[in-house]
Amino acid sequence: MLNALWNDDAGGFHPASAPDFLPEKRLKEVQLRRLRAVVSRAYERVELFRTRLQERKLTPESIRSLEDIEQLPFMVKTDLRDTYPFGLFASPMSDIVRLHASSGTTGKPIVVAYTQADVEVWAEVMTRTFASCGLHRGDILQNAFGYGLFTGGLGAHYGAETLGATVIPISGGNTDRQIMVMRDFGVTALCCTPSYFTYLVERAAELDADLRDMPVKVGIFGAEPWSDAMRTRIEEAANIKAYDIYGLSEIIGPGVASECEAQNGLHVFEDHFYPEIIDPDSGQVLPDGEEGELVITTLSKKAMPVIRYRTRDITRIIPEPCTCGRSIRRIRRIGRRSDDMIILRGVNVYPSQVEAALLAVEGTLPHYQIILTREQGLDQMTVEVEVTPEVFSDEIRAMEQVRSRLAQAIERIIGIRVTLRLVEPRSIERSQGKAKRVIDRRGD
Amino acid sequence: MKLQQLSLFLENRPGRLDAPLEAIAAAGINILTLSLADTAQFGILRLIVRDWDKAKQVLEDGGWVVNLTEVVAVDVEDRPGGLAEVLKVLDQAGVNIEYMYAFSSYRPDKAILIFRFEDPDQAVKVLLDQGIRALDGDELIHADG
Repeated sequence: MLNALWNDDAGGFHPASAPDFLPEKRLKEVQLRRLRAVVSRAYERVELFRTRLQERKLTPESIRSLEDIEQLPFMVKTDLRDTYPFGLFASPMSDIVRLHASSGTTGKPIVVAYTQADVEVWAEVMTRTFASCGLHRGDILQNAFGYGLFTGGLGAHYGAETLGATVIPISGGNTDRQIMVMRDFGVTALCCTPSYFTYLVERAAELDADLRDMPVKVGIFGAEPWSDAMRTRIEEAANIKAYDIYGLSEIIGPGVASECEAQNGLHVFEDHFYPEIIDPDSGQVLPDGEEGELVITTLSKKAMPVIRYRTRDITRIIPEPCTCGRSIRRIRRIGRRSDDMIILRGVNVYPSQVEAALLAVEGTLPHYQIILTREQGLDQMTVEVEVTPEVFSDEIRAMEQVRSRLAQAIERIIGIRVTLRLVEPRSIERSQGKAKRVIDRRGD
Repeated sequence: MKLQQLSLFLENRPGRLDAPLEAIAAAGINILTLSLADTAQFGILRLIVRDWDKAKQVLEDGGWVVNLTEVVAVDVEDRPGGLAEVLKVLDQAGVNIEYMYAFSSYRPDKAILIFRFEDPDQAVKVLLDQGIRALDGDELIHADG
């Protein structure tokens, strides 16, 4: 049993998994030691952090216990933007071996830096991620996360190599070739965004290639929120186990947390990333089990320590121990972010709620899009859903029923009447990376 | 006695009808008859063609959602009351018509009605019992020469 837990049953023993099983007391010792070191480093080398501590009359010596972290100021995304490009670096450029950047969809990108040690930590946490999703040496991983400035591709790449798996660095896009490679190379695991995988499944069907007949057995999905209903559909459509992983470029990239075989929450690699849940309004730390905004502190990063970063992701820490035996705590999978919240006539709506409603009704992976408009001062929400062969009928009445069932399912969940439009297949743009679910035209 | 009808989903927007019709035209497929049912949002185009297998492939390759449905083609006299007599027979037997459309053939005194029944087998039997013949695929396909 221990072997299975340690991911050893295919001959690929990975000592990197060991910290996942540290006794709580030992883990807290490691966390405190590392927290003190990272706070000292940031205080000495990062002006923004030092100034903020001085304003609060704090020094690195103020941190005597893990609970003392609550005195430290939060960091937010604009801190990374305002100091662009190098303002938060705590290492000289001669020690920095890699730079990544966010997509910069809202103005300036943010830059993140890695020393050699940081890159090694990243590989370690991604190794633990893949190990907890059941991968071993001998697995063939098709890495369809984008390579480049985006952290997904290279983050997953080095982790899988460290694990001893075979990596196919195919990156995103070129879907027909993805399917050919998957089949010809006998790929056993694949990582990408869940929305891209739904497109892969759809495209494979068009090419008369069924993923269920291929050796691929594990999908590792991250970089965007997705619903449990989508997981079920993906698993059925491709006959795989679909695991959710979590990370963000501000912290390191993928490898902050990962599901395990239990598929019931994501284990945070908390020897490197210290999680807190706060009340997003008051900033107060909430006890384990309560829902709030996830805040993360990097405990081991050298090039760019990030302390108490407000992720905008809404989740809670699961206090119960996990059946897999890992002692590191779990967060509930993130279905929503405070910044993808749609406020519609004063009601909070998340795209993942709409997704779950659609999946509860019909039999295929839905391609959908939410369009927000304002008519005579009133917000309107239109959900466009592509018609699939499974729901299509030659009778108007049957199609009207499909339409009203979908609209009602959404209304039941979000409490607002929506316009549901059935649209032609492939009329909604397919994403190669993160899906764009919401088009807000209310300001037009 | 039954024949295959192709149906496809279209959004109710200008220009949406052209593309599938051009696609099957480019494949050299002639349309025997068609009907378009629509709502404010979407439409369903129903087609009768000779080579429905090929047409289905062409349309699916073009990205449309296509259905095959069994419909029944009935020969009626092309005169006042021709249709009414058929409907009366169906009505008396309690056969439910989902929808229907008509076209006239090259024959001067005949029209052809296309029926979509809930239960096509039962409908064909009812019609036959009353001496009303449903055309089979070959007959219809060759009806216009």
